[in-house]
Amino acid sequence: MRVETRRRWAITGLTGPAYLWLTVTIFLPLSAMLYFSFQKKGPFGKHTSEFTLKHYEAFFTKDYLQALTWRSLEMGFHTTALCLIIGFPAAYILAKRIKGRWREALFLLVVLPFWSNALVRIFSWTIVLRPDGFLDRAVHLVLPGIPPIDLTDSYAAIIIGLTHSYLPYMILTCYLSLQAIDDSLIEAARSMGARAHTILWRIILPLSIPGLAAGTVLIFVPVIGSFFEPKLLGGTQGAMIGTVIEEQFTVVSNWPLGGALSFILLAIILLILGVSSPFLKQHMRTS
Amino acid sequence: MNTHRLLCRIGDGFGKVFLFLVLFFLYVPIVVLALMSFNESMHYQLPFEFSTRWYVDLASNERLLTASFNSVMLALVNTVIATILGTMAAFAFARYRFRGRTILQLLLFPPITIPWLIIGVSMLVLFFWTGVGRGLHAMLLGHVALSLPYVIIVVGARLASFGPELEEAAASLGATPLQSFLRVSVPVMLPGMVAASLFAFAVSFDQFVISYFLAAPGISVLPVEIFSAIRKGFTPEVNAISTIMIVVSMSVFLIFARISKFGGER
Repeated sequence: MRVETRRRWAITGLTGPAYLWLTVTIFLPLSAMLYFSFQKKGPFGKHTSEFTLKHYEAFFTKDYLQALTWRSLEMGFHTTALCLIIGFPAAYILAKRIKGRWREALFLLVVLPFWSNALVRIFSWTIVLRPDGFLDRAVHLVLPGIPPIDLTDSYAAIIIGLTHSYLPYMILTCYLSLQAIDDSLIEAARSMGARAHTILWRIILPLSIPGLAAGTVLIFVPVIGSFFEPKLLGGTQGAMIGTVIEEQFTVVSNWPLGGALSFILLAIILLILGVSSPFLKQHMRTS
Repeated sequence: MNTHRLLCRIGDGFGKVFLFLVLFFLYVPIVVLALMSFNESMHYQLPFEFSTRWYVDLASNERLLTASFNSVMLALVNTVIATILGTMAAFAFARYRFRGRTILQLLLFPPITIPWLIIGVSMLVLFFWTGVGRGLHAMLLGHVALSLPYVIIVVGARLASFGPELEEAAASLGATPLQSFLRVSVPVMLPGMVAASLFAFAVSFDQFVISYFLAAPGISVLPVEIFSAIRKGFTPEVNAISTIMIVVSMSVFLIFARISKFGGER
């Protein structure tokens, strides 16, 4: 019995501090915000509790909030699609076509930009994309005579910046999946006469679904909640649901509405995860 | 067979060019940013003219220097707290089977998967409401919360490759649990702890979103200052400090990469 009590104390003592910290800084704040999203007013001055659903109603009655949510989802879709199209082939080449020390070095080079500040990377794109900036000059070097390229404050700039920020995620997750595929499996298929596209569709793609799925989720979720990227690169074109939420807290001080919109966004994220997970699981089973 | 080999070689060539283009895309903005911090022109005008004046100016920019100092101190304190608390929890998960263990492990995912925007504003709500307020202490609370899951996962991965045999041996030789923890378990976990602490440092040092909502007027950290400088209309001074930041975080990562591999090989 003494051993059992001691064991219990050890477990509590070891896990307690970390989880107390997480409770105070993650779970309690979320609960507090949930509470205030149903309140008439935020925690300013003398707070008197007054229940209301109006902040959630606002989402369904105000068209621009829905439009901006769609825009955010679109932004997530475009960014994720670009990351897939660029990231998967890059991961494939890295995992299956390059060997030895080169592979290690190149892999490190791919994930290294990830370890620089995300804000700074977005800032650097504003310099590259400005009129008479690096991109403008580079293009005119090849094609003189075309009109100047100015991507400042455009949707395209947001997508470029976000793709740049999140591409390493996709390469990383796909690389890990692809590396786990046994080369002899591909060899066997080839020796039995499978064509390149058959090998790709029947072996390589099905076996890399875990990596593709992980990359998609890791990119899509933060992108639809992003706010400073569209703000800095999109300017007037950068209004998204993320920037609206941010402004409820920093500019207009309507915290309950900001809270309600946050939970609606969270619900959409959970819905997407819920809808895609059985599909992906089934996919994994049939392959 | 020969045509197949030829096609393969052409494919490989295309592949390498493609990979090169991807790397080009990843590094162009970073290189341009760094280059412009050494360019004389205030408005990023070309042709390039080498100058270190922006770094000299930086040395007398009180705001950015204070923010840099805050950033480093915050990251260091965050690293110590997150590494200790996270290692303890990881040890419990690796060595004990108990009811609620899976739930506790699942609870590590919300801090990683919920967008930082939502976590940040909810912290603002609670801290403001309860009187904790904003400032460096509030940022510390937030940064540790974001670092903890990563520390637990990294140290846990290290522990997973070691069974409890060493600790059992220590116990059978008469070591108390505390002795066996400090003299046997900690040395085993050490490479994982070092890797995790570098990770925690980077999480805090590069964190912008949470800090943005928890910064108090006059008390802020580097990314928040950079953001307000960009919004106000930036100068190459911002490039200079950004370049230094990138060099710091990338160096931390390179050390992390070396150590975590070192940890895996043993």
